[in-house]
Amino acid sequence: MSARPTIADIVRFVKHEARLIDEKRFEEWYDLFTDDAYYWVPAAPGQNDPLLHNSLAYEDKLLLRLRIERLKSPLAYSQQPASRCLHVLQEPDIEKADADRGEYLTRTPFIYTEAKADDSQRYAATAWHTLVWSHDRLRIRLKRVDILNCDAMLPSIQLFL
Amino acid sequence: MARYRDDAGALERLIEADRVHRDVYTDPEVFQLEMERLWSRTWIYVGHASQVPSAGDFITLDIAAKPLIMVRHSDGAIRVLMNRCAHKGTKLVSALAGNAGKTFRCPYHAWTYRTDGSLINIPLKDGYSGTRLESNLGLAGVKSVETYRGFVFARLAEDGIGFRDYFGDSLSSIDNLADRSPEGELELAGGCLRFLHNCNWKMFVENLNDTMHPMIAHASSAGIAKKLWEGQPADRPKPMAIEQIAPFASDYKFFDEMGVRVYAHGHSFSGVNFSIHSSYSSVPEYEQAMQRAYGEERARKILGTVRHNTVYYPSLTIKGAIQSIRVCRPLAADKTLLESYTFRLKGAPDALLQRTVTYNRLINSPMSVVGHDDLHCYRAIQEGLAAQGNEWVNLQRNFDPAEVDAAELTANGTSDISMRNQFRAWREFMTASGSQ
Repeated sequence: MSARPTIADIVRFVKHEARLIDEKRFEEWYDLFTDDAYYWVPAAPGQNDPLLHNSLAYEDKLLLRLRIERLKSPLAYSQQPASRCLHVLQEPDIEKADADRGEYLTRTPFIYTEAKADDSQRYAATAWHTLVWSHDRLRIRLKRVDILNCDAMLPSIQLFL
Repeated sequence: MARYRDDAGALERLIEADRVHRDVYTDPEVFQLEMERLWSRTWIYVGHASQVPSAGDFITLDIAAKPLIMVRHSDGAIRVLMNRCAHKGTKLVSALAGNAGKTFRCPYHAWTYRTDGSLINIPLKDGYSGTRLESNLGLAGVKSVETYRGFVFARLAEDGIGFRDYFGDSLSSIDNLADRSPEGELELAGGCLRFLHNCNWKMFVENLNDTMHPMIAHASSAGIAKKLWEGQPADRPKPMAIEQIAPFASDYKFFDEMGVRVYAHGHSFSGVNFSIHSSYSSVPEYEQAMQRAYGEERARKILGTVRHNTVYYPSLTIKGAIQSIRVCRPLAADKTLLESYTFRLKGAPDALLQRTVTYNRLINSPMSVVGHDDLHCYRAIQEGLAAQGNEWVNLQRNFDPAEVDAAELTANGTSDISMRNQFRAWREFMTASGSQ
Protein backbone atom coordinates (compact mmCIF):
# COMPACT_ATOMS: atom_id res chain seq x y z
CA MET A 1 0.00 0.00 0.00
CA SER A 2 1.04 3.61 -0.54
CA ALA A 3 1.20 6.36 2.06
CA ARG A 4 -2.58 6.66 1.77
CA PRO A 5 -4.93 3.79 1.00
CA THR A 6 -6.54 3.91 -2.43
CA ILE A 7 -10.20 3.13 -2.96
CA ALA A 8 -9.09 -0.26 -4.26
CA ASP A 9 -7.12 -0.88 -1.05
CA ILE A 10 -10.17 -0.13 1.08
CA VAL A 11 -12.49 -2.31 -0.98
CA ARG A 12 -9.97 -5.13 -0.92
CA PHE A 13 -9.67 -4.81 2.85
CA VAL A 14 -13.44 -5.11 3.43
CA LYS A 15 -13.66 -8.18 1.20
CA HIS A 16 -10.66 -9.73 2.91
CA GLU A 17 -12.23 -9.21 6.32
CA ALA A 18 -15.34 -11.21 5.34
CA ARG A 19 -13.20 -13.89 3.77
CA LEU A 20 -11.19 -14.37 6.97
CA ILE A 21 -14.43 -15.09 8.86
CA ASP A 22 -15.68 -17.49 6.19
CA GLU A 23 -12.36 -19.34 6.23
CA LYS A 24 -12.30 -19.29 10.04
CA ARG A 25 -8.92 -17.55 10.11
CA PHE A 26 -9.99 -15.94 13.36
CA GLU A 27 -6.54 -14.97 14.64
CA GLU A 28 -5.87 -12.98 11.48
CA TRP A 29 -9.38 -11.55 11.68
CA TYR A 30 -8.89 -10.50 15.31
CA ASP A 31 -5.70 -8.74 14.32
CA LEU A 32 -7.62 -6.50 11.88
CA PHE A 33 -9.23 -4.68 14.80
CA THR A 34 -7.67 -1.78 16.72
CA ASP A 35 -7.21 -2.29 20.45
CA ASP A 36 -10.20 -0.05 21.20
CA ALA A 37 -12.39 -1.60 18.50
CA TYR A 38 -15.97 -2.83 18.77
CA TYR A 39 -17.97 -5.34 16.79
CA TRP A 40 -21.61 -4.26 17.01
CA VAL A 41 -24.85 -5.94 15.91
CA PRO A 42 -27.81 -3.76 16.98
CA ALA A 43 -31.11 -5.36 18.01
CA ALA A 44 -33.35 -2.57 16.69
CA PRO A 45 -33.45 -0.88 13.29
CA GLY A 46 -31.72 2.50 13.37
CA GLN A 47 -30.41 1.89 16.90
CA ASN A 48 -27.89 4.56 17.85
CA ASP A 49 -27.01 3.57 21.42
CA PRO A 50 -25.02 0.42 22.17
CA LEU A 51 -24.82 1.03 25.94
CA LEU A 52 -28.34 1.84 27.14
CA HIS A 53 -30.21 -0.20 24.53
CA ASN A 54 -30.01 -3.95 24.06
CA SER A 55 -27.92 -5.22 21.15
CA LEU A 56 -27.52 -8.69 19.70
CA ALA A 57 -23.76 -8.21 20.16
CA TYR A 58 -21.49 -5.36 21.21
CA GLU A 59 -18.07 -6.79 21.75
CA ASP A 60 -14.72 -5.29 22.55
CA LYS A 61 -11.54 -7.21 21.87
CA LEU A 62 -11.76 -9.09 25.15
CA LEU A 63 -15.18 -10.47 24.23
CA LEU A 64 -14.08 -11.23 20.68
CA ARG A 65 -11.14 -13.11 22.18
CA LEU A 66 -13.58 -15.07 24.38
CA ARG A 67 -15.64 -16.02 21.32
CA ILE A 68 -12.58 -17.10 19.35
CA GLU A 69 -11.21 -19.18 22.24
CA ARG A 70 -14.61 -20.76 22.73
CA LEU A 71 -14.82 -21.76 19.08
CA LYS A 72 -11.53 -23.62 19.54
CA SER A 73 -12.69 -25.39 22.72
CA PRO A 74 -13.73 -29.06 22.65
CA LEU A 75 -16.21 -28.10 25.40
CA ALA A 76 -18.21 -25.87 23.03
CA TYR A 77 -20.84 -28.53 22.45
CA SER A 78 -23.01 -26.21 20.41
CA GLN A 79 -20.26 -26.37 17.78
CA GLN A 80 -20.57 -30.13 17.33
CA PRO A 81 -20.92 -30.24 14.39
CA ALA A 82 -19.24 -26.93 13.68
CA SER A 83 -21.07 -24.06 12.00
CA ARG A 84 -19.89 -22.74 8.66
CA CYS A 85 -20.67 -19.37 7.14
CA LEU A 86 -20.43 -17.47 3.90
CA HIS A 87 -20.67 -13.75 3.20
CA VAL A 88 -21.77 -12.73 -0.29
CA LEU A 89 -20.87 -9.05 -0.52
CA GLN A 90 -22.04 -6.24 -2.71
CA GLU A 91 -19.20 -3.91 -3.77
CA PRO A 92 -18.41 -1.71 -0.74
CA ASP A 93 -19.17 2.02 -1.07
CA ILE A 94 -16.90 4.53 0.59
CA GLU A 95 -19.33 6.75 2.47
CA LYS A 96 -16.80 9.04 4.10
CA ALA A 97 -13.10 9.56 3.64
CA ASP A 98 -10.93 11.81 5.75
CA ALA A 99 -7.48 11.29 4.24
CA ASP A 100 -5.82 13.76 6.61
CA ARG A 101 -6.97 11.87 9.68
CA GLY A 102 -6.78 8.54 7.93
CA GLU A 103 -10.43 7.62 8.68
CA TYR A 104 -12.82 5.94 6.32
CA LEU A 105 -16.40 4.67 6.52
CA THR A 106 -17.63 1.99 4.17
CA ARG A 107 -21.11 0.58 3.56
CA THR A 108 -21.40 -2.99 2.35
CA PRO A 109 -24.75 -4.74 1.84
CA PHE A 110 -24.39 -8.49 2.02
CA ILE A 111 -26.15 -11.83 2.30
CA TYR A 112 -24.95 -14.03 5.14
CA THR A 113 -25.57 -17.74 5.42
CA GLU A 114 -24.73 -19.74 8.52
CA ALA A 115 -25.08 -23.50 8.27
CA LYS A 116 -24.83 -26.24 10.86
CA ALA A 117 -25.59 -29.87 10.07
CA ASP A 118 -28.96 -29.92 8.29
CA ASP A 119 -29.97 -26.39 9.29
CA SER A 120 -29.10 -23.12 7.69
CA GLN A 121 -30.09 -19.51 8.30
CA ARG A 122 -29.81 -16.62 5.88
CA TYR A 123 -29.77 -12.90 6.61
CA ALA A 124 -29.71 -9.76 4.52
CA ALA A 125 -27.52 -7.21 6.27
CA THR A 126 -25.45 -4.08 5.86
CA ALA A 127 -21.95 -3.81 7.24
CA TRP A 128 -20.56 -0.41 8.20
CA HIS A 129 -16.80 -0.43 8.66
CA THR A 130 -15.11 2.48 10.38
CA LEU A 131 -11.50 2.07 9.29
CA VAL A 132 -8.36 3.82 10.40
CA TRP A 133 -5.05 4.07 8.57
CA SER A 134 -1.99 3.94 10.75
CA HIS A 135 1.50 2.48 10.45
CA ASP A 136 0.83 1.83 6.78
CA ARG A 137 -2.12 -0.45 7.33
CA LEU A 138 -5.88 -0.30 7.57
CA ARG A 139 -7.58 -1.50 10.74
CA ILE A 140 -11.17 -1.67 11.96
CA ARG A 141 -12.24 0.63 14.78
CA LEU A 142 -15.92 -0.30 14.51
CA LYS A 143 -17.73 -2.91 12.51
CA ARG A 144 -21.45 -2.37 12.73
CA VAL A 145 -23.77 -4.94 11.17
CA ASP A 146 -27.40 -4.01 10.63
CA ILE A 147 -29.39 -7.20 10.09
CA LEU A 148 -32.54 -6.41 8.08
CA ASN A 149 -34.74 -8.35 10.52
CA CYS A 150 -32.68 -7.76 13.65
CA ASP A 151 -35.88 -7.32 15.70
CA ALA A 152 -37.40 -10.64 14.61
CA MET A 153 -37.19 -13.71 16.81
CA LEU A 154 -33.87 -15.23 15.87
CA PRO A 155 -32.28 -18.62 16.50
CA SER A 156 -28.71 -19.04 17.75
CA ILE A 157 -26.28 -17.17 15.49
CA GLN A 158 -22.90 -18.62 16.39
CA LEU A 159 -20.34 -17.12 14.02
CA PHE A 160 -19.70 -13.52 12.91
CA LEU A 161 -21.79 -11.59 10.39
CA MET B 1 -56.19 -39.95 18.18
CA ALA B 2 -56.66 -38.10 21.45
CA ARG B 3 -54.89 -39.98 24.23
CA TYR B 4 -55.01 -37.34 26.92
CA ARG B 5 -57.90 -34.93 26.33
CA ASP B 6 -60.58 -37.10 27.89
CA ASP B 7 -58.40 -39.15 30.16
CA ALA B 8 -57.29 -37.25 33.26
CA GLY B 9 -55.76 -40.47 34.60
CA ALA B 10 -53.46 -40.71 31.58
CA LEU B 11 -52.31 -37.11 32.13
CA GLU B 12 -51.74 -37.71 35.84
CA ARG B 13 -49.67 -40.78 35.10
CA LEU B 14 -47.18 -38.62 33.19
CA ILE B 15 -46.13 -37.02 36.46
CA GLU B 16 -44.61 -39.03 39.27
CA ALA B 17 -43.21 -37.52 42.44
CA ASP B 18 -39.60 -37.79 41.26
CA ARG B 19 -39.78 -38.25 37.46
CA VAL B 20 -41.89 -37.22 34.46
CA HIS B 21 -42.78 -38.95 31.23
CA ARG B 22 -41.22 -37.62 28.02
CA ASP B 23 -44.63 -36.89 26.49
CA VAL B 24 -44.84 -33.71 28.58
CA TYR B 25 -42.07 -32.30 26.37
CA THR B 26 -42.74 -33.88 23.00
CA ASP B 27 -46.42 -34.66 22.50
CA PRO B 28 -48.38 -32.09 20.42
CA GLU B 29 -51.65 -33.06 22.11
CA VAL B 30 -50.16 -32.45 25.55
CA PHE B 31 -48.91 -29.09 24.29
CA GLN B 32 -52.40 -28.17 23.05
CA LEU B 33 -53.86 -29.14 26.42
CA GLU B 34 -51.20 -27.09 28.19
CA MET B 35 -52.36 -24.02 26.27
CA GLU B 36 -56.03 -24.71 27.06
CA ARG B 37 -55.47 -25.60 30.69
CA LEU B 38 -52.20 -24.71 32.40
CA TRP B 39 -51.63 -21.53 30.37
CA SER B 40 -55.29 -20.47 30.60
CA ARG B 41 -56.04 -21.36 34.22
CA THR B 42 -52.93 -19.78 35.71
CA TRP B 43 -51.75 -16.16 35.91
CA ILE B 44 -49.62 -15.37 32.89
CA TYR B 45 -47.36 -12.35 32.53
CA VAL B 46 -48.77 -9.99 29.89
CA GLY B 47 -46.50 -6.96 29.96
CA HIS B 48 -45.30 -4.08 32.07
CA ALA B 49 -47.36 -1.01 32.84
CA SER B 50 -44.47 1.22 31.73
CA GLN B 51 -44.99 -0.05 28.17
CA VAL B 52 -48.36 1.72 28.10
CA PRO B 53 -47.86 4.92 30.12
CA SER B 54 -50.62 7.01 28.47
CA ALA B 55 -54.28 6.48 27.60
CA GLY B 56 -54.55 4.69 24.26
CA ASP B 57 -51.05 3.14 24.49
CA PHE B 58 -51.10 -0.55 23.62
CA ILE B 59 -48.97 -3.59 22.97
CA THR B 60 -50.08 -6.76 21.21
CA LEU B 61 -49.01 -10.29 22.05
CA ASP B 62 -50.17 -13.90 22.12
CA ILE B 63 -50.84 -15.93 25.25
CA ALA B 64 -51.88 -19.57 25.01
CA ALA B 65 -52.14 -19.08 21.21
CA LYS B 66 -54.72 -16.31 21.71
CA PRO B 67 -54.08 -12.88 20.15
CA LEU B 68 -54.33 -10.14 22.79
CA ILE B 69 -54.12 -6.38 23.15
CA MET B 70 -52.92 -4.83 26.41
CA VAL B 71 -54.13 -1.23 26.40
CA ARG B 72 -54.45 1.66 28.82
CA HIS B 73 -58.02 2.94 28.75
CA SER B 74 -59.02 6.58 29.25
CA ASP B 75 -59.88 5.80 32.90
CA GLY B 76 -56.21 4.96 33.49
CA ALA B 77 -56.78 1.23 33.98
CA ILE B 78 -55.00 -1.40 31.91
CA ARG B 79 -57.31 -3.69 29.94
CA VAL B 80 -56.47 -6.95 28.23
CA LEU B 81 -58.69 -7.58 25.20
CA MET B 82 -58.92 -10.33 22.63
CA ASN B 83 -57.43 -8.98 19.40
CA ARG B 84 -60.37 -10.09 17.27
CA CYS B 85 -63.06 -8.01 15.61
CA ALA B 86 -66.55 -9.04 16.71
CA HIS B 87 -67.64 -8.93 13.09
CA LYS B 88 -65.61 -11.33 10.91
CA GLY B 89 -62.82 -12.23 13.29
CA THR B 90 -60.19 -9.95 11.80
CA LYS B 91 -57.20 -9.36 14.03
CA LEU B 92 -57.89 -5.76 14.90
CA VAL B 93 -54.40 -4.46 15.61
CA SER B 94 -51.30 -5.67 13.79
CA ALA B 95 -48.77 -3.23 15.19
CA LEU B 96 -46.67 -4.63 18.05
CA ALA B 97 -47.04 -1.39 20.01
CA GLY B 98 -48.45 2.08 19.53
CA ASN B 99 -51.11 4.56 20.57
CA ALA B 100 -54.65 3.93 19.42
CA GLY B 101 -56.00 7.32 20.48
CA LYS B 102 -59.54 6.73 21.73
CA THR B 103 -60.54 3.86 19.46
CA PHE B 104 -59.51 0.73 17.61
CA ARG B 105 -60.95 0.61 14.09
CA CYS B 106 -61.07 -2.65 12.20
CA PRO B 107 -59.08 -2.40 8.93
CA TYR B 108 -61.69 -4.47 7.07
CA HIS B 109 -65.18 -2.94 7.62
CA ALA B 110 -64.44 -0.18 10.14
CA TRP B 111 -66.25 -1.63 13.11
CA THR B 112 -64.89 0.65 15.82
CA TYR B 113 -64.29 0.03 19.51
CA ARG B 114 -63.33 2.10 22.53
CA THR B 115 -60.14 1.09 24.30
CA ASP B 116 -62.22 -0.75 26.90
CA GLY B 117 -63.46 -2.99 24.09
CA SER B 118 -67.00 -1.57 23.81
CA LEU B 119 -68.39 -1.16 20.30
CA ILE B 120 -69.14 2.43 19.28
CA ASN B 121 -69.66 2.34 15.54
CA ILE B 122 -70.68 0.11 12.66
CA PRO B 123 -71.01 1.80 9.21
CA LEU B 124 -74.61 1.76 7.92
CA LYS B 125 -75.73 0.24 11.19
CA ASP B 126 -79.38 0.36 10.05
CA GLY B 127 -78.60 -2.66 7.93
CA TYR B 128 -78.66 -4.68 11.11
CA SER B 129 -82.06 -3.48 12.32
CA GLY B 130 -84.31 -6.39 12.92
CA THR B 131 -81.40 -8.84 12.99
CA ARG B 132 -80.19 -10.49 16.17
CA LEU B 133 -77.05 -8.35 16.43
CA GLU B 134 -76.41 -8.12 20.15
CA SER B 135 -76.65 -4.61 21.53
CA ASN B 136 -73.57 -5.01 23.72
CA LEU B 137 -71.34 -6.51 21.07
CA GLY B 138 -67.74 -5.60 21.74
CA LEU B 139 -64.28 -7.09 21.98
CA ALA B 140 -64.05 -10.04 24.30
CA GLY B 141 -62.12 -8.91 27.35
CA VAL B 142 -60.03 -10.82 29.82
CA LYS B 143 -61.76 -10.25 33.14
CA SER B 144 -59.00 -11.39 35.46
CA VAL B 145 -56.20 -8.86 35.11
CA GLU B 146 -53.92 -7.75 37.96
CA THR B 147 -51.11 -5.23 38.01
CA TYR B 148 -48.54 -5.84 40.72
CA ARG B 149 -45.88 -3.12 41.00
CA GLY B 150 -46.20 -2.56 37.26
CA PHE B 151 -46.20 -6.25 36.27
CA VAL B 152 -49.45 -7.04 34.46
CA PHE B 153 -50.73 -10.60 34.72
CA ALA B 154 -53.89 -12.14 33.31
CA ARG B 155 -55.82 -15.35 33.81
CA LEU B 156 -57.67 -16.22 30.59
CA ALA B 157 -60.07 -18.65 32.24
CA GLU B 158 -63.22 -16.97 33.57
CA ASP B 159 -63.04 -18.74 36.90
CA GLY B 160 -60.11 -20.01 38.85
CA ILE B 161 -57.50 -19.30 41.43
CA GLY B 162 -57.06 -15.70 42.61
CA PHE B 163 -53.90 -13.70 41.95
CA ARG B 164 -52.64 -13.55 45.56
CA ASP B 165 -53.45 -17.20 46.19
CA TYR B 166 -51.60 -18.16 43.04
CA PHE B 167 -48.35 -16.30 43.70
CA GLY B 168 -48.29 -16.02 47.49
CA ASP B 169 -45.01 -14.87 48.99
CA SER B 170 -43.11 -15.46 45.76
CA LEU B 171 -44.13 -11.87 44.96
CA SER B 172 -41.30 -10.82 47.29
CA SER B 173 -38.92 -11.14 44.32
CA ILE B 174 -40.92 -8.59 42.31
CA ASP B 175 -40.92 -6.39 45.41
CA ASN B 176 -37.14 -6.61 45.64
CA LEU B 177 -36.77 -5.71 41.95
CA ALA B 178 -39.06 -2.67 42.27
CA ASP B 179 -37.59 -1.66 45.64
CA ARG B 180 -34.18 -1.41 43.97
CA SER B 181 -35.45 1.81 42.41
CA PRO B 182 -34.92 4.73 44.81
CA GLU B 183 -38.44 5.76 43.75
CA GLY B 184 -39.82 2.24 44.04
CA GLU B 185 -40.75 2.21 40.36
CA LEU B 186 -39.54 0.43 37.26
CA GLU B 187 -39.55 1.41 33.63
CA LEU B 188 -38.93 -1.05 30.82
CA ALA B 189 -36.03 0.40 28.81
CA GLY B 190 -33.56 -0.64 26.14
CA GLY B 191 -35.85 -2.70 23.92
CA CYS B 192 -36.09 -6.45 23.81
CA LEU B 193 -34.05 -9.46 22.74
CA ARG B 194 -36.13 -12.14 21.02
CA PHE B 195 -34.53 -15.57 21.00
CA LEU B 196 -36.24 -18.47 19.24
CA HIS B 197 -35.64 -21.81 20.97
CA ASN B 198 -36.30 -25.02 19.05
CA CYS B 199 -37.26 -26.90 22.19
CA ASN B 200 -40.14 -27.29 24.60
CA TRP B 201 -40.80 -24.32 26.88
CA LYS B 202 -40.33 -26.37 30.04
CA MET B 203 -36.68 -27.10 29.30
CA PHE B 204 -36.01 -23.40 29.60
CA VAL B 205 -38.20 -22.86 32.67
CA GLU B 206 -36.68 -25.83 34.50
CA ASN B 207 -33.16 -24.69 33.66
CA LEU B 208 -33.63 -21.40 35.51
CA ASN B 209 -33.08 -23.03 38.87
CA ASP B 210 -31.01 -25.97 37.65
CA THR B 211 -27.72 -25.26 39.37
CA MET B 212 -25.97 -28.47 38.36
CA HIS B 213 -25.46 -27.35 34.75
CA PRO B 214 -23.56 -24.03 34.74
CA MET B 215 -20.11 -25.41 35.54
CA ILE B 216 -20.52 -28.02 32.79
CA ALA B 217 -22.65 -26.49 30.05
CA HIS B 218 -20.97 -23.08 30.41
CA ALA B 219 -17.39 -24.34 30.72
CA SER B 220 -16.77 -23.18 27.16
CA SER B 221 -18.04 -19.64 27.77
CA ALA B 222 -17.87 -18.76 31.48
CA GLY B 223 -14.95 -21.12 32.06
CA ILE B 224 -12.94 -19.42 29.32
CA ALA B 225 -13.97 -15.95 30.51
CA LYS B 226 -12.63 -16.83 33.95
CA LYS B 227 -9.39 -18.11 32.43
CA LEU B 228 -8.93 -15.01 30.27
CA TRP B 229 -8.85 -12.85 33.38
CA GLU B 230 -6.63 -15.13 35.46
CA GLY B 231 -3.29 -13.63 36.40
CA GLN B 232 -4.49 -10.04 36.14
CA PRO B 233 -3.29 -7.80 38.97
CA ALA B 234 -5.85 -7.63 41.78
CA ASP B 235 -6.08 -3.84 41.60
CA ARG B 236 -6.89 -3.82 37.88
CA PRO B 237 -10.61 -3.06 37.54
CA LYS B 238 -12.47 -6.11 36.30
CA PRO B 239 -14.34 -5.49 33.04
CA MET B 240 -18.12 -5.68 33.44
CA ALA B 241 -18.25 -8.59 30.99
CA ILE B 242 -15.86 -10.71 33.06
CA GLU B 243 -17.66 -9.75 36.27
CA GLN B 244 -20.94 -10.95 34.76
CA ILE B 245 -19.94 -14.06 32.79
CA ALA B 246 -17.24 -15.63 34.96
CA PRO B 247 -19.46 -16.44 38.01
CA PHE B 248 -21.41 -18.91 35.85
CA ALA B 249 -18.31 -21.09 36.17
CA SER B 250 -18.58 -21.24 39.98
CA ASP B 251 -18.24 -24.66 41.55
CA TYR B 252 -20.82 -27.12 42.90
CA LYS B 253 -20.26 -25.96 46.47
CA PHE B 254 -21.15 -22.39 45.53
CA PHE B 255 -24.38 -23.34 43.80
CA ASP B 256 -25.35 -25.82 46.51
CA GLU B 257 -24.89 -23.28 49.29
CA MET B 258 -26.84 -20.68 47.30
CA GLY B 259 -30.05 -22.46 48.32
CA VAL B 260 -33.42 -22.70 46.58
CA ARG B 261 -36.91 -21.87 47.84
CA VAL B 262 -40.13 -23.21 46.37
CA TYR B 263 -43.69 -21.96 46.74
CA ALA B 264 -47.06 -23.52 46.01
CA HIS B 265 -48.17 -23.51 42.34
CA GLY B 266 -44.75 -23.99 40.79
CA HIS B 267 -42.90 -20.82 41.75
CA SER B 268 -39.35 -20.82 43.04
CA PHE B 269 -36.14 -18.90 43.32
CA SER B 270 -32.54 -19.88 43.81
CA GLY B 271 -30.03 -17.67 45.55
CA VAL B 272 -31.61 -17.69 49.00
CA ASN B 273 -28.27 -16.89 50.64
CA PHE B 274 -26.22 -15.30 47.83
CA SER B 275 -25.91 -15.68 44.06
CA ILE B 276 -23.75 -15.17 41.00
CA HIS B 277 -24.79 -11.50 41.21
CA SER B 278 -23.47 -10.97 44.74
CA SER B 279 -20.00 -9.70 43.91
CA TYR B 280 -20.71 -6.99 41.36
CA SER B 281 -18.69 -3.84 41.89
CA SER B 282 -20.53 -1.09 43.71
CA VAL B 283 -21.98 2.05 42.15
CA PRO B 284 -21.56 4.60 44.98
CA GLU B 285 -23.87 7.22 43.45
CA TYR B 286 -26.67 4.65 43.28
CA GLU B 287 -26.08 3.32 46.77
CA GLN B 288 -26.24 6.85 48.14
CA ALA B 289 -29.52 7.45 46.33
CA MET B 290 -30.89 4.24 47.87
CA GLN B 291 -29.80 5.28 51.37
CA ARG B 292 -31.43 8.68 50.93
CA ALA B 293 -34.66 7.05 49.76
CA TYR B 294 -34.93 4.19 52.26
CA GLY B 295 -32.52 4.86 55.10
CA GLU B 296 -29.30 2.95 55.58
CA GLU B 297 -30.66 -0.23 57.10
CA ARG B 298 -33.51 -0.80 54.68
CA ALA B 299 -31.30 0.07 51.69
CA ARG B 300 -28.76 -2.49 52.86
CA LYS B 301 -31.51 -5.09 53.18
CA ILE B 302 -32.86 -4.42 49.68
CA LEU B 303 -29.44 -4.48 48.03
CA GLY B 304 -28.38 -7.47 50.12
CA THR B 305 -31.18 -9.57 48.65
CA VAL B 306 -29.48 -10.93 45.52
CA ARG B 307 -31.65 -13.76 44.29
CA HIS B 308 -30.54 -15.67 41.21
CA ASN B 309 -33.64 -16.55 39.13
CA THR B 310 -37.22 -16.33 40.32
CA VAL B 311 -39.68 -18.36 38.27
CA TYR B 312 -43.26 -17.12 38.19
CA TYR B 313 -44.54 -20.34 36.80
CA PRO B 314 -45.05 -20.82 33.93
CA SER B 315 -44.49 -17.60 31.99
CA LEU B 316 -42.09 -15.20 33.69
CA THR B 317 -38.62 -15.39 35.14
CA ILE B 318 -36.98 -12.42 36.78
CA LYS B 319 -33.59 -11.41 38.06
CA GLY B 320 -34.09 -8.63 40.57
CA ALA B 321 -30.39 -8.25 41.29
CA ILE B 322 -29.63 -7.38 37.67
CA GLN B 323 -33.06 -5.97 36.67
CA SER B 324 -33.71 -8.22 33.71
CA ILE B 325 -36.66 -10.48 32.98
CA ARG B 326 -37.26 -13.30 30.54
CA VAL B 327 -40.74 -13.98 29.23
CA CYS B 328 -41.59 -17.45 28.00
CA ARG B 329 -44.02 -17.69 25.06
CA PRO B 330 -44.57 -21.31 23.94
CA LEU B 331 -45.29 -21.63 20.20
CA ALA B 332 -45.37 -25.42 19.72
CA ALA B 333 -44.25 -28.54 21.59
CA ASP B 334 -40.74 -27.96 20.21
CA LYS B 335 -40.76 -24.20 19.64
CA THR B 336 -40.55 -21.44 22.23
CA LEU B 337 -40.00 -17.71 22.02
CA LEU B 338 -38.01 -16.14 24.86
CA GLU B 339 -38.18 -12.39 25.14
CA SER B 340 -35.66 -10.69 27.42
CA TYR B 341 -36.26 -7.19 28.74
CA THR B 342 -34.32 -4.77 30.89
CA PHE B 343 -35.54 -2.22 33.43
CA ARG B 344 -34.46 1.27 34.28
CA LEU B 345 -34.68 1.77 38.04
CA LYS B 346 -36.36 5.16 38.33
CA GLY B 347 -34.13 7.55 40.21
CA ALA B 348 -30.97 5.47 39.62
CA PRO B 349 -28.00 6.57 37.48
CA ASP B 350 -27.62 5.31 33.89
CA ALA B 351 -24.79 3.04 35.04
CA LEU B 352 -27.43 0.63 36.36
CA LEU B 353 -29.27 0.49 33.06
CA GLN B 354 -25.97 -0.01 31.28
CA ARG B 355 -25.20 -2.93 33.59
CA THR B 356 -28.49 -4.73 32.97
CA VAL B 357 -28.28 -4.09 29.22
CA THR B 358 -24.76 -5.54 29.21
CA TYR B 359 -25.89 -8.59 31.16
CA ASN B 360 -28.90 -9.16 28.92
CA ARG B 361 -26.77 -8.97 25.79
CA LEU B 362 -24.06 -11.25 27.18
CA ILE B 363 -26.44 -13.91 28.49
CA ASN B 364 -29.80 -13.70 26.69
CA SER B 365 -29.06 -12.64 23.10
CA PRO B 366 -29.41 -15.04 20.15
CA MET B 367 -25.70 -14.26 19.69
CA SER B 368 -24.79 -14.99 23.35
CA VAL B 369 -22.19 -17.70 23.84
CA VAL B 370 -23.82 -18.55 27.18
CA GLY B 371 -27.16 -18.84 25.38
CA HIS B 372 -25.62 -21.11 22.76
CA ASP B 373 -24.45 -23.49 25.51
CA ASP B 374 -27.93 -23.69 27.06
CA LEU B 375 -29.95 -23.98 23.89
CA HIS B 376 -27.67 -26.72 22.62
CA CYS B 377 -28.54 -28.80 25.69
CA TYR B 378 -32.28 -28.09 25.48
CA ARG B 379 -32.30 -29.12 21.84
CA ALA B 380 -30.27 -32.21 22.65
CA ILE B 381 -32.96 -33.22 25.18
CA GLN B 382 -35.69 -32.64 22.59
CA GLU B 383 -33.89 -35.00 20.20
CA GLY B 384 -32.67 -37.48 22.81
CA LEU B 385 -36.13 -38.07 24.25
CA ALA B 386 -37.09 -39.90 21.05
CA ALA B 387 -34.85 -42.78 22.12
CA GLN B 388 -36.36 -46.04 23.27
CA GLY B 389 -35.58 -48.02 26.38
CA ASN B 390 -36.28 -45.18 28.83
CA GLU B 391 -39.31 -42.92 28.57
CA TRP B 392 -38.71 -41.03 31.82
CA VAL B 393 -36.92 -37.83 32.76
CA ASN B 394 -35.17 -38.00 36.11
CA LEU B 395 -35.87 -35.36 38.78
CA GLN B 396 -34.64 -37.32 41.79
CA ARG B 397 -31.78 -35.23 43.20
CA ASN B 398 -32.45 -34.69 46.94
CA PHE B 399 -36.02 -35.98 46.67
CA ASP B 400 -37.76 -36.22 50.00
CA PRO B 401 -41.32 -37.62 50.03
CA ALA B 402 -42.19 -35.13 52.80
CA GLU B 403 -41.73 -32.22 50.40
CA VAL B 404 -44.81 -33.17 48.40
CA ASP B 405 -47.24 -31.62 50.88
CA ALA B 406 -45.15 -28.61 51.89
CA ALA B 407 -46.51 -25.25 50.73
CA GLU B 408 -43.18 -23.47 51.05
CA LEU B 409 -39.77 -24.99 51.50
CA THR B 410 -36.10 -24.02 51.38
CA ALA B 411 -33.61 -26.62 50.18
CA ASN B 412 -29.98 -26.95 49.18
CA GLY B 413 -29.27 -25.17 45.90
CA THR B 414 -28.47 -28.23 43.80
CA SER B 415 -31.73 -30.01 44.63
CA ASP B 416 -34.13 -30.78 41.77
CA ILE B 417 -36.95 -29.62 44.05
CA SER B 418 -37.87 -26.58 41.91
CA MET B 419 -38.55 -28.86 38.93
CA ARG B 420 -40.58 -31.36 40.94
CA ASN B 421 -42.51 -28.43 42.36
CA GLN B 422 -43.25 -27.14 38.84
CA PHE B 423 -44.63 -30.49 37.79
CA ARG B 424 -46.84 -30.73 40.86
CA ALA B 425 -48.41 -27.44 39.71
CA TRP B 426 -48.52 -28.75 36.16
CA ARG B 427 -50.52 -31.77 37.25
CA GLU B 428 -52.80 -29.60 39.38
CA PHE B 429 -53.75 -27.25 36.55
CA MET B 430 -53.73 -29.83 33.73
CA THR B 431 -56.32 -31.96 35.46
CA ALA B 432 -59.64 -31.14 37.07
CA SER B 433 -58.26 -30.01 40.40
CA GLY B 434 -56.85 -26.81 38.93
CA SER B 435 -59.99 -25.72 37.08
CA GLN B 436 -61.93 -24.97 40.27
